[in-house]
Amino acid sequence: MSEVIATNQTILVVGGGISGLTAALEAAECGKQVILLEKSPTVGGRVAQLYKYFPKLCFPTCGLEIQYRRLKANKNIRLLTLAEVTQVTGSEGDYDVTVALSPRYVTENCTACGDCEKAVAAEFDDEHNYGLKQRKGAYLPSMMAYPQRYVIDPRIIGTADAEAAKGACKAGAVDLDMQAQSLNLKVGAIIWATGWTPYDAAKIQPYGYDRFANVITNVEFERMLDPFGPTGGKIVRPSDGQAPSNIAFIQCAGSRDRNHLLHCSRICCMATLKQTNYVRENLGDAAKSTVYYIDIRAIDRIDDFHRKVKADANVSFTKSKVANIAENKANGNLVLHGVDTEGYNRYANEHDLVVLAVGMESTVPAGVFPEGFKINEHNFIELDPANGAIYGAGCSSDALDVNRAAQNATASALRAIQVINRVAGQEG
Amino acid sequence: MADMKIGAYICKGCGIAERLDTKSLVSVATRDGKAAIGREHDFLCNADGVAMIQQDIDGEGVNRVVIVGCSRRAKTEAFSFEGVTLSRANLREGVIWVRPDTDEARETTQEMAEDYVRMACAEAKFLKVPESSGEQGLLRRIMVVGGGVSGMTAALEAAKAGYEVVLVEKAGQLGGVAAQMYKRVPAKNGRQGPVDPEVEKMVHAIESLPSIKVHLNTTVAKTSGAPGRFKVELATESGSSSEAEVGAIVQATGFVPYDINKLPELGGGKSPDVVDQLGFEMLAKAANGGPIKRPSDGKEVGNVVFVQCAGQRSEAPGHLPYCSGHCCTTSIKQAMYVKAAGGDATVLFDDLRTPGATGEDFYRAGQEAGVTFSKGQVSSVEVAGGEVKVSFKDLILNEEAVDNADMVVLATGMVPMSGPDPYLMLDLESARGQNDTARVADLEAQLEGGFPSVLNLDYRQGTDVPHLKHGFTDSHFICFPYESRRTGVYTAGPVRRPMDMAQAMEDATGAALKAIQACENAALGRAAHPRSGDLSFPKFRMEGCTQCKRCTVECPFGAINEDEKRYPLFNEARCRRCGTCMGACPVRVISFENYSVETVGQQLKAVDMPDEFSEKPRLLVLACENDAYPALDMAGMTHQEYSAYVRVIPVRCLGSVNTIWITDALNSGYDGVMLMGCQKGDNYQCHFVKGSEMAHYRMSKIDDTLSQLNLEKERVQTFEVSITDIERIPKIINDMAELIGQIGMSPFKF
Repeated sequence: MSEVIATNQTILVVGGGISGLTAALEAAECGKQVILLEKSPTVGGRVAQLYKYFPKLCFPTCGLEIQYRRLKANKNIRLLTLAEVTQVTGSEGDYDVTVALSPRYVTENCTACGDCEKAVAAEFDDEHNYGLKQRKGAYLPSMMAYPQRYVIDPRIIGTADAEAAKGACKAGAVDLDMQAQSLNLKVGAIIWATGWTPYDAAKIQPYGYDRFANVITNVEFERMLDPFGPTGGKIVRPSDGQAPSNIAFIQCAGSRDRNHLLHCSRICCMATLKQTNYVRENLGDAAKSTVYYIDIRAIDRIDDFHRKVKADANVSFTKSKVANIAENKANGNLVLHGVDTEGYNRYANEHDLVVLAVGMESTVPAGVFPEGFKINEHNFIELDPANGAIYGAGCSSDALDVNRAAQNATASALRAIQVINRVAGQEG
Repeated sequence: MADMKIGAYICKGCGIAERLDTKSLVSVATRDGKAAIGREHDFLCNADGVAMIQQDIDGEGVNRVVIVGCSRRAKTEAFSFEGVTLSRANLREGVIWVRPDTDEARETTQEMAEDYVRMACAEAKFLKVPESSGEQGLLRRIMVVGGGVSGMTAALEAAKAGYEVVLVEKAGQLGGVAAQMYKRVPAKNGRQGPVDPEVEKMVHAIESLPSIKVHLNTTVAKTSGAPGRFKVELATESGSSSEAEVGAIVQATGFVPYDINKLPELGGGKSPDVVDQLGFEMLAKAANGGPIKRPSDGKEVGNVVFVQCAGQRSEAPGHLPYCSGHCCTTSIKQAMYVKAAGGDATVLFDDLRTPGATGEDFYRAGQEAGVTFSKGQVSSVEVAGGEVKVSFKDLILNEEAVDNADMVVLATGMVPMSGPDPYLMLDLESARGQNDTARVADLEAQLEGGFPSVLNLDYRQGTDVPHLKHGFTDSHFICFPYESRRTGVYTAGPVRRPMDMAQAMEDATGAALKAIQACENAALGRAAHPRSGDLSFPKFRMEGCTQCKRCTVECPFGAINEDEKRYPLFNEARCRRCGTCMGACPVRVISFENYSVETVGQQLKAVDMPDEFSEKPRLLVLACENDAYPALDMAGMTHQEYSAYVRVIPVRCLGSVNTIWITDALNSGYDGVMLMGCQKGDNYQCHFVKGSEMAHYRMSKIDDTLSQLNLEKERVQTFEVSITDIERIPKIINDMAELIGQIGMSPFKF
């Protein structure tokens, strides 16, 4: 790896999802030097795993393609993947950052030809598909992965598979001796954009995600729609591979809940409305969707999408927080129990697939930031003078949708630039 | 650039040498492609291969590099050379990965590869290294229009980054709607309840900064120029005027509350005790923490009902079809004023929308303060005696209910203070010119009640920023909230999209960044998103121009003006380099250094055309580089097979496709032409807004050309595709190949 040059006029962006990409690109296109760190082998983050965006029902990879082209064209950005920040010390204009780099075992000579993948036998859960599918021990994280370079899973290092991968690579790009490294960076400002993780549905005990095959999460449902995903683009029940005909979407699964995430995750209402649209597109009149909700938060001008879904005769809405789910052992169906608060009627409704609209859990880490750094009770980084020039962006700052995350990341880029320009002014 | 010298480099890696005769590709490059140097390499993208090319550039004077190997989207870091042009012949994703490895297929696969080498060399001959025009200097000054919280934030944030600001406000003081507020919903830590809006603090900060020049009682009379060199004329109420030069513009003109007089069924206009949120806010401000007194008789209010979604989220005529986003938290805040003063407050809602962590926390603070929240549908608000009677259906108890309140607050929506939609204005002008009275009446009705121009842009395409929906000037892209259809002009706050104060401040900060970026880009001659950094810009040959104005009309960004003689004036800092003007030009006088009628036209002509009896048809695909081309790459990565008769040329946008390419293709014997672009129409996905739509329109007129040539109209087809059509695009190609098989070969083979 060539030397990474950083000074106190460099902006460090942590996280290569849509927010980090946006912040890095916007700052770099103002002429600033940026180092972009991504923990996984590819940038793109959560949006790369979405089938479509609400409310436009357009494809996230379309925007990623543009962002990647901007990234490829911009010499002000240095991208490091498999890179995780372990410590930040210092203050505004003068931070010392320790970065742990994990080995990819594949060098820049990789042409992404795929020969190593064919040579390797071992398979693992595919992260891109939330483990619903297997991938090889030598893999390209997704078709849109950038850098477009293979990765050798550390779990095959030392096995015959690793040697097979090395042997298959005609470009000489497999380096099994690659070691973990530590890197120290001096930077002037930091944009923290490590995003979110879907709330662990197994923790919502009454919904039986860990016990019932046909209870899935909204992010898993999203993967089903990808023609190259685990089900080849078909909506099916995990238990028997059959198309469902009566799907329940449960809102606020883990959000707005004292036992789980206190906050509202903002995106789940629109995500569900969007997913009812997938049901309509894929299964037509053969499937009904029921949305169990507290409030439908289809905020601002995209409320028209909500109204359009409400007008769909195949979609119905029940104002209720579902109390618990039982499985009908005979057919794998799920019986939802609760009270419809509009009129206070008890129900026991049987559905053949349940999609939990799980919330966003912030991934801001503990123990990394300088003393006195403020992270709020929901684990978000708010704008606070106590935080110096470390700015939360995207879903590290609040639960945001893609549009607001990109907007917020753009604002964060300016905050970082203000610091850099001040430093540059002092140094002349 | 000195004499042209093409170096063609053929990569043998990734299975190319196993599948293709690379020696023969070298001779195609040197013989047909006229490459001065042709070399093979085992792995062109490794350090050794790249060094070999660099050596030829430095030592042999190669200034046009042709890489024959993988897709232009792959190995971009390796193939990046300074001061030379770069062409890529895609033999990996575009040939060997989409063709079967069989003896039978070998010949046609090799022909496909050889054509791509010819095409890349042909392109190389007509490419130039773009240089910026130098039309703009570095002007680190931005104009902010609107002195409310959004505008003040944009001004302060830009100033903090070291930029000068011209802040224009039409009223006599700064502060806008927020200055009338008693308190605001907090931007963080929602549990703390309402907080001080701190508007005075912002005003004071602005006044103390010499880099911000405030113009009160002022409007923008005229804006001309381009990013990096906007000239604005400011007019004051008193009639005086002044001029300013700015590099970029932020429009933060905010909103006005929806007129409650339009809601008589909810008591709007029926009593002074039925007010909108801003009206109630002013009463709270006057009370300053004491009991709020109602307007009719000064009685201290003991019971206030807040009616959410008043006249909004409704398709009824005259209502607002959207949700204004802030009204739920605003009502909670105001209900908390009432509770704090010892009264009762009820919020009647449909969906309570307090998203995110701060929003939900604020809702919780309202609940803890004892505000009553009821899901209810209000049927009427009547004023009788000293009370306001709110009749509603309680949706939780499923029964009709009545609440007698001292006051009712209607949570009406935000009406954006955008200027008139420029396209409607142009349509109106044209309808009047054609005496189309029905259309005139329709357009006048659509424009009625709108606001006067904000920017008075001296643009061929109208005075203001185009609207997206309902008068909001929002971006149409999820990924790019600051996508602007008037380069260097960014809108922020409630004029862009309904939003609360915290979001408006965040939005204004982002818009300030984009304005700063526009100044920096303009100075360097660099394009803005999505072709960020592109230095090329449209040049035109004046002698050939017929002043037909198609380029000035069709530019999706209003970049092109007309001079007195109706010649186009390009304003390259406004240009986004999509090439729609080039596609529009009937006399083909518009070109870019690195993209022109020739760079594409010569490629398609460079293809070796088998004769009519060879049974080897040729299909031309012009594929949008943003979505269709990546999809084709991924078809290769997943080894979807498609016809060996197809030749793909990426284009910047389907809008840049000049019909001469189609005519040339048909005249040179192609049997079919396929155009692949992004979704058009209301839900457009075209990154250049109108490009795909223009292409479809132009192609609808190609039938005449086809009939003149006596060719079937099925031979030219336009498709809307997306980046995920990885399986569909190969199928479309194969269907077209089959169709050509049915209708037969073109007679135009030579």
